Amino acid sequence: MLNKYVKRNIILLISLLFLSNPLYAGLQVFACEPEWASLANELGGEHLDIYTATTNQQDPHHIQARPSLVAKARRAELLVCTGAELEVGWLPLLLRKSGNPNIQAGQAGYFIATDYVSLLDQPIVLDRSLGDIHAAGNPHVHLDPVRLQQIANKLSHTLTKLDPANSSDYEKKLELFTQHWQNMILQWTERTQSLKGKPIVVYHKNWTYLQHWLGLNQVAVLEPKPGIPPTSSHLSSLILGLEKSPAQVIVYANYQDNKAANWLSKKTGIPTLELAFSPAKDETLTHWFDRLLNQLLKLQE
Amino acid sequence: MRTTILAASVALALSYSHPVLAANDLSSLKEQLDQLKLNYEQRIQALESRLKVAENNATHAKTKVKQIEETVKKSSAPQTALKTQNSFNPAISLILDGRYASFSHKPGEYELPGFALGGESGLGEEGISLGHTEIVASANIDDKFYGQATIALHDHEGSTDIELEEAFIQTLGLGNGVTVKAGRFLSAMGYLNEQHEHAWDFADAPLIYRGLFGSQLLDDGLQINYIAPTDTFLQLGAEAFKGSSFPAGGESGNVGAWTAFANIGGDIGIEHSWLLGLNHWQANDIDGRTSGGHQHEGEEEVETPSFTGKSKINSLDFVYKWAPNGNPSQQNFKFQFEYFDRREEGVITMLNSDPLEATSYDGHQNGWYAQAVHQFKPQWRVGLRYDQLDSSNSGADADILEEAGLDNEGHTPKRYSAMVEWLPSEFSRIRLQFNRDQSYDNTDNQLFLQYTYSLGSHGSHQY
Repeated sequence: MLNKYVKRNIILLISLLFLSNPLYAGLQVFACEPEWASLANELGGEHLDIYTATTNQQDPHHIQARPSLVAKARRAELLVCTGAELEVGWLPLLLRKSGNPNIQAGQAGYFIATDYVSLLDQPIVLDRSLGDIHAAGNPHVHLDPVRLQQIANKLSHTLTKLDPANSSDYEKKLELFTQHWQNMILQWTERTQSLKGKPIVVYHKNWTYLQHWLGLNQVAVLEPKPGIPPTSSHLSSLILGLEKSPAQVIVYANYQDNKAANWLSKKTGIPTLELAFSPAKDETLTHWFDRLLNQLLKLQE
Repeated sequence: MRTTILAASVALALSYSHPVLAANDLSSLKEQLDQLKLNYEQRIQALESRLKVAENNATHAKTKVKQIEETVKKSSAPQTALKTQNSFNPAISLILDGRYASFSHKPGEYELPGFALGGESGLGEEGISLGHTEIVASANIDDKFYGQATIALHDHEGSTDIELEEAFIQTLGLGNGVTVKAGRFLSAMGYLNEQHEHAWDFADAPLIYRGLFGSQLLDDGLQINYIAPTDTFLQLGAEAFKGSSFPAGGESGNVGAWTAFANIGGDIGIEHSWLLGLNHWQANDIDGRTSGGHQHEGEEEVETPSFTGKSKINSLDFVYKWAPNGNPSQQNFKFQFEYFDRREEGVITMLNSDPLEATSYDGHQNGWYAQAVHQFKPQWRVGLRYDQLDSSNSGADADILEEAGLDNEGHTPKRYSAMVEWLPSEFSRIRLQFNRDQSYDNTDNQLFLQYTYSLGSHGSHQY
């Protein structure tokens, strides 16, 4: 009796779910982080249906393999993620659970951005006493516009491979993007000359590529070890060093707790700055980079 | 050069347009013309210099673009992979677990009236002891299969037992949302069951898991599961098991037990997510499933209850999670509820009894637990749990049922638990837990201080 009831309800539910499911026309893209959604949108535009697994308010290291993500991964034709162990805590599980052959490692629909650029901060010693380090190197490559260009080239190539019918359009879009992006890089480089060599304090070592590009000088990190939340003893130890050679700003990502940064700011008088670690929903990469740089430049005034 | 020609032609044009002119006018005109010429020359010079600047800028820009292109090329330099014999080794992780436990009653006295206890259903050792030390090895076997084995080591009555907890292969992207798993694995029956002990939020299993499965339901068999191509997560699956170990039993030579499960889940906004599951487990030909013995004073041999018959379990589970902005690393909350209902029909025999005692048996046991865990700071979690069980078992001979531990003695087993955890990093955890355990008549106050460490490769965690 009960079984029959349950069965009937399940069948009803399934049919309902299918009905409520809109028809998807474009290439189904599963982007792990917002930057890849933005980039895919620049390069594929109307030919893609992009789902972004995380927002820029979420720490991409610590996402849970939620049922909704499994459901999205199940249907994806292209997966665009950072790699270099950034998503190690959730992506392998999503891939295994999805039952989706298109996006498994090694398939054309498995696009890992860090596979196509050189990585900074490659550890010489792999030991967890040094914190939660990434063996392959620092994964946050999206903060370097030059590396982004390289990834764009490869991603466009992947789009063409998966959807050859629109290849000429993808080529055109890449050309447009490249022109625009190179131009932007020039402008940004000119505008940020004054930031060169400026000392900054960061919360976590996730700004490495931006620092490298802008020539910022990281003088202290709030986390005692990567992935270990700031402790009061570590913060106290930073004060002395910062008194001797003060930094311009304490930078933290918008998904990080601001308590430690505020505390240190109070003690040292160095201003804090919350930066969006990734583009917001529907924000273009250009707009986001502009926002970051404007915020950094504003401090100089 | 061009400028002089231009100026000359301008002058020429000007002079031709005024053919008849008086002599004194001529000098002033010449003066004007000279001025005009000078004016033009100056303007053209300015234009020229601006052009030069623009040209310079353009070459400057070109070199810059070239520089960027070069850095792009450089930054895309292929990485040199470590080429050693070890690079294809499976991901290996090691779980170290140890505890100090204090009970107000001897753990040996533990019973769960109305439930026949089997498997690892005891309270564990008092004082300092090691929990499960687990070694997990896993890897993609090729482009089609994934494999994993979990070996657990634990002390049992003075010797170290090795237990093969899991050894399975699983298809990778078989297509159409279908995944097939084969080997020994934790059944998908129930929410907590699929999680390894070290991933639990409390030091011990919920009472209903203890009562029905010993601790966890694992068996050798085959699992097929399907994920629907819908926006809402919908999973349907079934398992066929050998069914020769608790809570099934006997050698059927065929499928001894099977399950069917359905899970549905999704997000509400970006901060909330949920999962609801319905599960069924069934074993039709249980033959001689033994459970915890009952030793009479003065008797040497332990009389062990043995069940033959059929058994069915239905269950429902619900999980809800919350994290501000959907970012669980700073703060998060989790609520979890599971309900199980088991019905059994068959015969209970007391092995080693003389004369052999047996009775017909009609069992009905159920129970639930609800727990809430809040991570209020990145490194701190607190949790509360409540367990409650109920049973109404009947048979021809009530005395034998009582001897088999299947009489609930008019008692409703209950347990209250509270815990606090400190997580120095994502690889370590220290937990303090207190239970007020009313599993049987004597209320037992239990205290656990437990550490759990995970070494080696970074594992993924189930939802």
